Formats: sequence, C-alpha cells, structure tokens
Amino acid sequence: MHEFQPPPLLLRNGPGAAAILSAGIGSGALGVFAFAADAVPAINHLFAFWKPSGALSGVTTSAIVVWLAAWFVLSRRWASRDVSLLWVNLASGLMLLVGLLLTFPPFMDWLQAL
Amino acid sequence: MEISYRDLITVLHGMGFGTLFMLAFSGAIGVIYATSMGGGEATPSRWNTLMFRFYLISMAVLAWLTVLSGAYIIYPWYRAAPPAGTTDLSGYPRSLLLSNPMTAGWHDLGMEWKEHIAWFTPIAMTMVAYVFIKYGPQLALHRHLRAAVLVFTAVAFFATAVAGGFGAFLNKNAPVRGGAQIILFESR
Repeated sequence: MHEFQPPPLLLRNGPGAAAILSAGIGSGALGVFAFAADAVPAINHLFAFWKPSGALSGVTTSAIVVWLAAWFVLSRRWASRDVSLLWVNLASGLMLLVGLLLTFPPFMDWLQAL
Repeated sequence: MEISYRDLITVLHGMGFGTLFMLAFSGAIGVIYATSMGGGEATPSRWNTLMFRFYLISMAVLAWLTVLSGAYIIYPWYRAAPPAGTTDLSGYPRSLLLSNPMTAGWHDLGMEWKEHIAWFTPIAMTMVAYVFIKYGPQLALHRHLRAAVLVFTAVAFFATAVAGGFGAFLNKNAPVRGGAQIILFESR
C-alpha cells in the first residue's frame, strides 16, 4: 500500500523578486552615486564620509543603504505574494546595466562631455 | 625572506580573499545550474544542502571582505597625497602613476573602474546566496528567478575579473609598499 505523498508546496516568488529587484536598485544607485561624485566636485566632497578613502566611502555606503532599504521595504510588501518576475527581471537588468555603464570611466567621461 | 606590512595586507586582499572567491565561482555556477535544472523533484541530501549553503555564504563573505579591505585599508595607502616637494613617489602609488603619461591610464581607467565595479560582486552574491537558500531545488520551477540568479552570478564574475585583473596590473606598475618589515624566514 502506497503512502500518499503531497506535492511539494511551491514557494511564493515575492521574497526572491524582492531580493533581485533590490540588488538591481542597489547596483543602479552605485552607478548613479559614482557618476555624481565624479561629475560634481561638491557631491564628491559630500560623499567623503571617511577622508582617507575619499568619495568612495560615501558612494559605496550610500548604495548599500539604498540596496538594504529597498530590500527591507520590498520583502515586507511581497512576503506572501507572487509578482510578475518578467518585469522584475527587466527592471533589475536595466538598473544593473545603468550601474555598470555609470561606473565605466570612458562612459562617464563621454557622458560628462555631452 | 621578508615582506612589508602593506605588501602582506595587499596579498591577503588580492590573493587571499579575491582569488579564493574567483576559484569558488565555477563550483557555484555548476551547482546552481545543476540544482535548478533538476525539475524541483529530486531532493538533495541534508548534508549536500547544508554544504552548498555554507559554500554560497562563504562566497558572499569573501566578496565583502575583499571590497572592505580594499576600500578601507589598501585604497587609503594607494591614494595618499605626497607632501609638497616629494621627489621619490614610490610610496605614493596614485601620484606615481599620474606623474607619467605612459602610466596615468592605469589610474584613470584601471583604478577608477576597479574601485567601483568590485562592489557589484558582494551585492550580487548576497542576493544569489539568499535566493538559493530560500528556494533551493524549487529554482527549477521558477524560471525567471533562476535566470536572474545566473545573470547576477555572471555579472559578479565579470566584476571580480575586472577588479582582480586591474589590481594585479596596478600592483605591478605601482605597488603599495611600506609599513613594518615582517620577517617570514631567516637563512642561517
């Protein structure tokens, strides 16, 4: 006699989507902050949270704060929901691409020269 | 046989944390792919699951240790400004590179890119570790989650390769040296 095996409970995709979208947001923020610090001397000065590391300390700390804050908010909102992962992935991929481009020095220089 | 304190920390940053992290990549991609392609039906043993969770968490920790040691220990040594009138710039790597148009690019492109792109890796790997731990073999049933995890892992690999590659070249052209001398071995 076979024992009944219930099918595995499929987890909601919300928590995973929150982690992915927030990683995209954090990556985009890293690029935007790095570009702003490179292009505007006043922002560069503002981001020098710790003088020995200069603006790098503020750029990266701020990006991490944005990433973790986004993750916290999204994970609470999507904890028990299923969301459209296609749009989450598209948005995350776009922000990741923006982040990568805005931290690539030749692209930063080209953008500042416009 | 001796090494300066700053050399030792630089080796720990690049060859210790960074290289260990790079070595772990192929294993991580292979296991994520194999696990998530299993159709969500095969249940890995508790031991295997625990080991792979530990593996991914270790990768994320190594990524954080690499960027934090780079940004807060080595980078200040690299960018220190020489006092006015200094002619020997060997203790000031950034100024040394910028003093010669033939080496300035190592800073303008190499360090400027490396110092930022490296930070994509710990963010990506923390997310990858979380998603894998949360979903495990069920990733096979979440096609888009799986795709995102693999893309972020690939980007983390690229970011680490750029940062590590430029780090090696920068250390060839303008090594970060100084601090106390540490004797590793003394011949009789």
